[in-house]
Amino acid sequence: MSFFLETLVGGLLAGVMYSLVAIGFVLIYKASGVFNFAQGSMVLFAALTFVTLREAHWSFPAALAVTLAIMVAGAIAIERFVLRSLVNQSDLTLFMATLGLSFVIEGLGQLLMGASVHELDLGIDDVPIQIGFIQVSQFDLVAAATAGALVLILSIFFNFTRTGVSLRAIADDPLAAQSIGIQLPALWRIVWGVAGGVALVAGLLWGARQGVQFSLTLVVLKALPVLIIGGFTSIGGAIVGGLLIGASDSLAEIYVGNLLGGSVSTWFAYVVALVFLLVRPAGLFGERPIERV
Amino acid sequence: MSKPILTAARRALAGAVALSALSVGAETRAEPAKQYFPLATFRVGAYASSGIPVWAGEIDYFRYVNDVEGGINGVKLVWDECETEWAVEKGVECYERVKGGKDGSPVPIFLPHGDPISKALTEKSVSDKIPIVTIAYGRTESIDGRVFPYSFPVVFSFWSEASSTINYIAEREGGKDKLKGLKIATVYHDSPYGKETQTPLAYLAKTYGFEDIQIPVPHPGNDQSAQWAKIRQIKPDYVFLRGWGVMTPVAIKTAAKTGFPVDHIIGGVWSGSEEDVRPAGAAAKGYLAVTPFPAGADFEISKKIKAEIVDKGKSDLKDPKSFGSVYYNSGLDEGIIAVEAIRTAQKKFGVGPINGEQAQWGLEHLDIDDARLKEIGAFGLEQPLKLSAKDHEGGGAGKIIQWDGEKWNIVSNGWVNSDRSLLLPLIYERAAAYAKEKGITPRADATN
Repeated sequence: MSFFLETLVGGLLAGVMYSLVAIGFVLIYKASGVFNFAQGSMVLFAALTFVTLREAHWSFPAALAVTLAIMVAGAIAIERFVLRSLVNQSDLTLFMATLGLSFVIEGLGQLLMGASVHELDLGIDDVPIQIGFIQVSQFDLVAAATAGALVLILSIFFNFTRTGVSLRAIADDPLAAQSIGIQLPALWRIVWGVAGGVALVAGLLWGARQGVQFSLTLVVLKALPVLIIGGFTSIGGAIVGGLLIGASDSLAEIYVGNLLGGSVSTWFAYVVALVFLLVRPAGLFGERPIERV
Repeated sequence: MSKPILTAARRALAGAVALSALSVGAETRAEPAKQYFPLATFRVGAYASSGIPVWAGEIDYFRYVNDVEGGINGVKLVWDECETEWAVEKGVECYERVKGGKDGSPVPIFLPHGDPISKALTEKSVSDKIPIVTIAYGRTESIDGRVFPYSFPVVFSFWSEASSTINYIAEREGGKDKLKGLKIATVYHDSPYGKETQTPLAYLAKTYGFEDIQIPVPHPGNDQSAQWAKIRQIKPDYVFLRGWGVMTPVAIKTAAKTGFPVDHIIGGVWSGSEEDVRPAGAAAKGYLAVTPFPAGADFEISKKIKAEIVDKGKSDLKDPKSFGSVYYNSGLDEGIIAVEAIRTAQKKFGVGPINGEQAQWGLEHLDIDDARLKEIGAFGLEQPLKLSAKDHEGGGAGKIIQWDGEKWNIVSNGWVNSDRSLLLPLIYERAAAYAKEKGITPRADATN
């Protein structure tokens, strides 16, 4: 029983790490209806910038502040040079633009900072601690607490600030929102900037876990089923989706993988997501589009 | 547009073309007396960090041969690169692009630099008569050159890697009889590469009486909490880690967080470089790996390359920290084997550029003994190597290295041999089955 619980808790905590990446997708989708394919590259770029500054002997707070500033500046540049020209284009066009962006960001990262693998030490020990009769990782607990704090901050931002409410209005009905004076470009800059900040948090935690290297972009592979389950428009849903994917993946790997004689977690998450798509297409917390026919 | 302007534009264009032709540089300007050697590289993409030091080692050795030794018996090497991003389709495209040679100089050997690419080229290489040399990767049964005439899994096949690791564990435990009753878990990349060691490990487990446990990790391996929870439950004596890319540092860190002792994890060849352990930080201190390319900058050839190439600003290495690293030294090894194969072929076919068919003969008659290794300056870096039509591997030994947090140190007592005599009959059986399936008539044991 303790092994089952340990696997379950380990899976839940691993799922939180995927939620951190998924939240970045949700933010941009919520505000603009765009599935931002470049989110993985943003995670990589943020981590790479931070670790490069740290290796150049910048202090932790200075490296963090400058990386955040670079991510926000990048967001403004994306809005100015890519998205502004694509206002009122189809969702598919915007998606393709983010696909291109992801390659540009990755290429820029390698051009400016090289292809080397870097160690990222956040000063959080990744050692086991005993809680009751199960063992959990201290680092995973910190990551879970960070994700919780992030959700809280973003919820306050979306529900209790003027900008947040404007963002929700844009998400609900862009044309109506613009007709009452809400500035779409400004809000896009803000939301891409916030997504850049979220990418930084995810990049730091994932970078500390696996090292900062170009395969960091691959973490988005597991963020997709998280989004399908939680819904593309719910930050809380991203957390719940991450927990479900993390737990089901871990348990399946142990109990189903043995039966099938191979690794199952690559595709099992997508099977779970597919089941959710069939039963609840908008995800657990996603908004169901209602259209008058 | 007026005529003078058009003329000026034409001149400018002609000038630009001439300039660009000059800027191509001496290395790609092949002449008949030069030996073309295409390099399939991956300098971009997720695995670039692993590849960049390899090409540096190889190119630095080629430059050393050209600049210091005046080429291979006077025939200078020329090369160019083709980017594969470690992807099969791009690797095959590169092969197709370069297989015809360049400026009249044929391709002697193609190094695919990627296990999946090498497997995709197995049959093409036979029809094109171009040897595919895969050092420490590639299809294991292609050791049998009677069935696979143009595939050369030289030095250290995956089966030898597994067997050498088991023999090191035996050495550490006090003898092969001490293997009985041990639990040895293999945590492997869930891919054809990762599964390559399952058969020899099952056979060795049966022979020596240890328990063989196989735990797959799906690509890319950035979350292994479930696999290491399983390890914690099974409590193996040793873990043999056969990863690739990000899988290795994640495995080391996850092992640490589950409390598994890192000095009981032995990485395979592709889990045993600086790029694998540095991202894991302090958790990697004490981690072991088996390798045919021991790290170090004190080998004679390393000192010569440092003095003649690196210190003179001619090195391909961008990061000086990587000089003498596992991957840099693997590039040196590749370069040495390729050059020695061409040199051997020249003895039979005359001094000049060598084609694929001639290089195949050169490879099958390659005999790099200790004396030759000392002449080259690669004694200790490279193991003695003797190939034949029946044996395209030749070496089959690895050294065990341990990470001290800063660098790798050799901890095994010299080269740890694999049980080749035990495994070769199985390998030949598999090759024979392949020949039967594909309707191939095996060649004779020896070629003239």
